[in-house]
Amino acid sequence: MTFGAIEAWWWPFVFILVAGWIATDIWRFAGVFLGERISEDSDLLVLVRCVATALVAAVIANLIVFPGGALATTPLALRIGAAIAGFAAYLATGKKMIVGIATGEAVLLAGLLLF
Amino acid sequence: MAAFVGFAGLARDAGLTLVQTVFMTGIVWALPAKVVLVGSILAGNTLPAAAFAVSLSSVRLMPMVVALVPEMRVPTTRKWVLYLLSHFVAVTSWVLAMEKFQHVPRKMRTTFYAGLGSTLVLTNMAVVAIVFTMAGRLPATISAALFLLTPMYFLTSLWGSARERAGHVAMAAGLLLGPVFHLLTPEFDLLGAGLSGGIMAYVFHRIVRRRGT
Repeated sequence: MTFGAIEAWWWPFVFILVAGWIATDIWRFAGVFLGERISEDSDLLVLVRCVATALVAAVIANLIVFPGGALATTPLALRIGAAIAGFAAYLATGKKMIVGIATGEAVLLAGLLLF
Repeated sequence: MAAFVGFAGLARDAGLTLVQTVFMTGIVWALPAKVVLVGSILAGNTLPAAAFAVSLSSVRLMPMVVALVPEMRVPTTRKWVLYLLSHFVAVTSWVLAMEKFQHVPRKMRTTFYAGLGSTLVLTNMAVVAIVFTMAGRLPATISAALFLLTPMYFLTSLWGSARERAGHVAMAAGLLLGPVFHLLTPEFDLLGAGLSGGIMAYVFHRIVRRRGT
């Protein structure tokens, strides 16, 4: 029952459907089911939103601290420094996203070229 | 989107074909789920084991959908529309929707999200296909910069998407706890950081409100 277990062309697609699509969308559907029963200004929704926000923030932090690909070979301090500089620029310019992103990238590239 | 550059390379290394990789991008959509799925394939796991691992990584989508649905629902919204649209929920479209919904009239939000979600999915399927065919030919500095685009973009837009002060507390807590939980419990890092950081932010919300009233 592994990915390569059956030679037929359709087997990898069945594998992806069951282990990928069903395993993922079941949670999205559960979310719709629950979300339909929650009022928009209920306190429970504040809690759910906090959990979802902290989750996404954890994804972001892990992308910076434990990145994949070419970013993995750059110094950790430089990545964190670039992210902090970018975020500070974003806040300083009245939440201009493009300024924040450009600053973060500039710090990273400057660091990579200088060292 | 840049994170998908890395995914295409990973899928290629795992021996998946171009069609399988693009199919997976459209049908699973959430990036961590796909990375776990490809990881299971690489490790030679059985179908039930792979499905279990992927579903653990996707539990995190449930609170995201629960937070989104009440904001785009009107009394006349059909249920199947919400179930269909929930497939588009992943970090990018969620952050974008939470940030932009305030400027979209309530009745138009399902339409807005359908356009946003389908555009993101189709664009990324194309990006994955292109990168899959030319993987590993970009200079290292350029690809490092590309990989930083995704977190930088999320970092700024997530801050802007907060509905209340507690949202900022939740974000700060998640940023700090994500790497900590990744080291402590790699399989449950996102759930662990999300639950503990989210509950902390919620407690903060309750305390502040009690003081205010």
